[in-house]
Amino acid sequence: MSQIIQQHFEPVRVNAISQSDLYQKMASRFDVNWTPTVLVLDAGGKERHRISGYLPPPSFAAQLLLGLGQAAFAAKKLDEAEKWFRQIVDKYPHTPEAPEAVYWAGVSKYKATGDAAALKATAQRFSDMYQDSTWATKASVWK
Amino acid sequence: MTTAQETIHWSQDVDKALEQARTRGKLVLVDFSAAPA
Repeated sequence: MSQIIQQHFEPVRVNAISQSDLYQKMASRFDVNWTPTVLVLDAGGKERHRISGYLPPPSFAAQLLLGLGQAAFAAKKLDEAEKWFRQIVDKYPHTPEAPEAVYWAGVSKYKATGDAAALKATAQRFSDMYQDSTWATKASVWK
Repeated sequence: MTTAQETIHWSQDVDKALEQARTRGKLVLVDFSAAPA
C-alpha cells in the first residue's frame, strides 16, 4: 500500500489531537467533520474521492485505486480510469469496493468508445458476480 | 490509516503538496487522523 501512495500521491497528514490548530484550519477548508477521513485531491485541489472511517488494508488499498480511477475519469483519461478500476477487481475481488469498480470500469469503457456494448457486457458481468450489490442493481438497466 | 507509516514521508503542507503534484503529475492524499503519533 505504501508503494501505491509513494508512486501516485503527494501524501499529507494532519492529526486532530496533536495538531489541533492545523487540523481545524484544514478540516474547515475541506469540509471534514470526522476522523479518520482521507481525501484524494487532483493537482488543482479539487476533491475527487473521499474515504470516511476505518477500513481494513485491502479495502483501503482498493479505495486508493478508486480515487485514482475517479481522478482519471474526471480528467477524461478514460483508458487510464478503466485500468485503475479493473485493477481493483483483479487485486481485491473480495472487497466491498470491487462491485463499484466493475461498474465504473464499464462506464469508462463506454465513454471512451461510445459503444453501448460495454454497458451491456458490464450488466452481464453482474449476472456472474456481485449479484446482490447496489452496483449490480444500478447496472441492471443496461441489459 | 495506513499500515506502512514508516515508509511514507507525510507532509503537513497541503499547498506545497498541490504544487508538487502539479509538477510531478500526481494526486494529493490528505489523511485527517486522530490516531496517536
